Amino acid sequence: MDLADTMKAVNHTFQDVSYQFKRLPGSSILLRYIKNSYQNDPIRSIVELCLLLFAVRYLLAPRYSTKQKPVDLTEREIDELVEEWTPEPLVSPLTELEALEEERRPIITGPTGPKVKLLNSGRTVTNMASMNYYNLINNDLVKERAVQILRNYGVGACGPPNFYGTQDVHMDTEKEIARFLGVPAVIVYAQSFSTISSVIPAFSKRGDIIVADRACNFAIQRGIQISRSIIRWYNHNDMEDLERVLAQVQREQKRKPLTRRFIVTEGLFETTGTISDLPKLVELKLKYKYRLILDETHSFGILGRTGRGLTEHQNVDPSNVEMLVGSLAHTLCAGGGFCAGSNEVVEHQRISSGSYVFSAALPAMLSVAAAECLKLIEGNPDLLLTLRDYTKTMRSQLERSEHIIVTSAPENPRILFTVKGYEHDERVMAEVVDEALTAGVLISRAKKVADSSKEWQYGPEVVMVTPSVGHTKKDLEAAGSVIRKAVGKVMSRRK
Amino acid sequence: MSPASLTTSASSAININPRKRSPSTSRTAAKLAQFFSTSPKAAGALSAAVQEQNSSRLSPSTLSLPTISLSTATADTISETSSKTTMLFSPPSAEQSRKLARQHAQFAPLSHPTHRYVSQHPKGVPVSDPVEDDPPYYYLLTTYISYLILIVFGHVRDFFGKIFREKNYKHLKEQNGYAPLNSDFDNFYVRRLKVRINDCFARPITGVPGRYITLLDRKSDDHNVSFKFTGTQTESLNMSSYNYLGFAQSEGPCADAVEETLRKYGSSSAGARSDAGSLDLHVDVEKLIANFVGKPASMIFSMGYATNATAFSAFVSKGCLVISDELNHASIRYGVRLSGAVISMFKHNDMKDLERLLREQIAAGQPRSHRPWKKILVVVEGLYSMEGTMCNLPELIALKKKYKFNLFVDEAHSIGALGPRGRGVCDYFGIDPSEVDILMGTLTKSFGANGGYIAAEKHIIEKLRSTHAGNVFGEAIAPGSLAQISVALRLISGDIVPGQGEERLQRLAFNSRYLRLGLKRLGFIIYGQDDSPIIPLLLYNPAKMPAFSHEMLKRKIAVVIVGYPATPLVTSRARFCVSAAHNKEDLDRLLEACDEIGDILQLKFSSGIAGGAYPLPSGVTQEMYEEMQKRDRKALIPPRWPLAEVIKRGVHDTQLPLR
Repeated sequence: MDLADTMKAVNHTFQDVSYQFKRLPGSSILLRYIKNSYQNDPIRSIVELCLLLFAVRYLLAPRYSTKQKPVDLTEREIDELVEEWTPEPLVSPLTELEALEEERRPIITGPTGPKVKLLNSGRTVTNMASMNYYNLINNDLVKERAVQILRNYGVGACGPPNFYGTQDVHMDTEKEIARFLGVPAVIVYAQSFSTISSVIPAFSKRGDIIVADRACNFAIQRGIQISRSIIRWYNHNDMEDLERVLAQVQREQKRKPLTRRFIVTEGLFETTGTISDLPKLVELKLKYKYRLILDETHSFGILGRTGRGLTEHQNVDPSNVEMLVGSLAHTLCAGGGFCAGSNEVVEHQRISSGSYVFSAALPAMLSVAAAECLKLIEGNPDLLLTLRDYTKTMRSQLERSEHIIVTSAPENPRILFTVKGYEHDERVMAEVVDEALTAGVLISRAKKVADSSKEWQYGPEVVMVTPSVGHTKKDLEAAGSVIRKAVGKVMSRRK
Repeated sequence: MSPASLTTSASSAININPRKRSPSTSRTAAKLAQFFSTSPKAAGALSAAVQEQNSSRLSPSTLSLPTISLSTATADTISETSSKTTMLFSPPSAEQSRKLARQHAQFAPLSHPTHRYVSQHPKGVPVSDPVEDDPPYYYLLTTYISYLILIVFGHVRDFFGKIFREKNYKHLKEQNGYAPLNSDFDNFYVRRLKVRINDCFARPITGVPGRYITLLDRKSDDHNVSFKFTGTQTESLNMSSYNYLGFAQSEGPCADAVEETLRKYGSSSAGARSDAGSLDLHVDVEKLIANFVGKPASMIFSMGYATNATAFSAFVSKGCLVISDELNHASIRYGVRLSGAVISMFKHNDMKDLERLLREQIAAGQPRSHRPWKKILVVVEGLYSMEGTMCNLPELIALKKKYKFNLFVDEAHSIGALGPRGRGVCDYFGIDPSEVDILMGTLTKSFGANGGYIAAEKHIIEKLRSTHAGNVFGEAIAPGSLAQISVALRLISGDIVPGQGEERLQRLAFNSRYLRLGLKRLGFIIYGQDDSPIIPLLLYNPAKMPAFSHEMLKRKIAVVIVGYPATPLVTSRARFCVSAAHNKEDLDRLLEACDEIGDILQLKFSSGIAGGAYPLPSGVTQEMYEEMQKRDRKALIPPRWPLAEVIKRGVHDTQLPLR
């Protein structure tokens, strides 16, 4: 009886299921397919069944991570490891040289200028370390304008440019620089140092190609590093080497899709003081279809008949330079940096350049001071002539010493020199700076920041001497003699 | 002689004294005096400001009275005796009232002395994460659909555009051998989504971004691709600037000190700090900042972003691990990437996740070689600028003691804005700053200047002088900004005009809590801790972003809207930055606007779990209520308070623990 009942129940269930199955849309097609395929090719059906089973098993299998799991440790073992682990101190102790420079670091009391009073010693010394080329710091007109702006705008902009931080004075300064350079558009950044490090990654992305001069400054190096682009270096200012690199890249990239390509270099090099050969660069970039990113931080306001920079100095139309980066903090003695280019280039930066988007805007008073200084330079061509004259005088003063090798270009008012026989000894440079300060002349040396990338350990160690139009010829001669003596003293100590 | 001129001459006499004595006193004293001894006119403005502040507390109504020229005409003829008795109540002259209106446009008078609160975490109470409310599924679904429609529309327009209007797409195509500057794919978001709401971003302004902000009106004839200025201006309530303590002012002690410094020092120090760009002002401000944050030494830079961007290379390198909060600012990510250290991230403010990660990483060591990490640096922000949340500092310190990592706290938004003395998250949580290795912050926000700082132990700062690229290569911060920072810091700590700094701090805390509570009660979804001055109001649907911004602008309120990619795709938001320069009337105006707009745009969809609940029925205590909620989820009533009730009860309830 039980058996019959069970059979009946099973039968009933079976019928029910098959009825329900038949009601499903497409079930008859499936059945016909299985029937046909089984009749035609039983092995195929078995394979298909296996595949189905495998798929089910695969989907039901527990998930696992593809990341290699570290050795399985118990909680207690981890606790022990935590107990054992001793981290290194956050910073290493000062080196001997760092300690020396920390002790002697010059702090100016009162305003900076051609002569400054030092806080530690209380002495007044000749300042040949500031980038106060045209002595605009002490210009009353600029001060008056800055105060006027302060009384109307306050100090900070209290927000990034894209969130109510753009003030009309910023737009005016942008227009002013664009007019001065003769370019369609300009974007103003809040700091000169971080401008180029932000401009490069705004355009050059992963997979793009950057060809850069080996002697490029720290900020450019960081910008290149963060861009994750393919990087090729060429020897400093060696246009033949550049062409070789460009040709090599062309061969390598022949079969690959076209990517953005950039040549990155400086107008006046920060580390070597030399000048780029812009006409040749433009010729090569046009030939190989590269865009040019030119850092004019140290040449804007300095080179060229009216201070328009390297483009004017070498008679190149600025439209040939796609991204021209300059500073408002160096020659113009205000604050901030800028990038000049086409409208497209500038607008792109307004939404995708890190240090523009994520940083507060430049204080209004600095922005106006920069524009004001620019007008002063434009209106007083004598300033440029005097500075050039002074540069010549200072160079000849320095070159009189047999130990001094001046490495910077003759046009560069920031004169860089190294000591013969000790080109790579930063200690010697530090001692020269120290000796000169003891004798009443404040100069500085080009410092380097410990860095993992090898490319950047380029060029000799240098001391920097920067005359200003605020000095007199007598000052320059006296300073020249002091520096020569300082070098002589350091050399005699070494022998 | 009028009483005003009497106080002016008296205060200038007091201020001039130390200057005369200065040769005999020490140099620092002289320098201190220098900030006090402004021109008599400026000193008069200072005392007038103080006086005005006192009077405003006594009689708020007199200041807002319209001036009648008749009364000013008679002001001179009032006898001395009567002017003595009515000193505080004499109606201001037209000139004075203009000046006052100008001052009030930058910094509002306090409307009632009770509108203050001390920003502090209650001692001994564990930090609880703020509850994040979710909207009904309908809004999430429509948000996704909206983006889908936007994207589909964009592609359809691109498809036909590329065929029929080829020249509009020229910049995305290869041109005589040059790859396009923007890739078609990357540019899609900007071209098809962002342009639609371009008019809500980068609105140009003029003047001081204080309590009010003056927008330059502009219009677009080509659907937001370009703008033209109409030549008119709109003065709107400023809910957008990071002006937490209201130091964006063109008058008062800060501006006076800046003017004097500008005249003396010029606009720059012409060089990097490590060359010859260090002035005595820099050293003084570094000492002030170190004292303020409670660290032995500090260092200042001319840009907050660059401070972070080059800081990490000085601390960590290859073989080190940086554990970073997933919502950390772009500058931190940039800096950490440059350092060459391995980076891993933990969930925003999730201390359990951080501990799990720490255990895993310390146990595993460096990848592949399995050597122990050289250093582990945990990087968090004090106050997150998009979320309004604070880091869980007490828990972080406990973990730090156990796992021996180094802690870097970015106080870009929290310095000045949090804590009973305005000294950031450490002050807020009552934690000794020496527990944190590196305190970094900006000088842009609370102090109304520009730049950034790093504060740490003395030996760390000494090392940084030669290893932090911002110090070696970056231009030094300008003297004018230094004066602003110096006076702002001393105002906050009460060295100058005692009471003013405290008032600013407490007004900010009150305003933050008042607005947050009000918005929650109206029914909006608000993120962040109760005391945080950053108040994000969640909008979700992309179309509501421009709508909200436009509606606010119609009511003359300037707000910031943020969407993808600065936030996750669905959680678009409007962000209010509260300031000490606002008063209750300003916030009520904002609440009213939000109330109206919330109804128009259907933004009131909070469920009530995140606060804003109705008052408890009599006889029910908080514990009983919580018990009830646990038993029955339906006991939760979504708050939709009427505006009048919100405003009526707001001031009282702001002082209580928010619920």
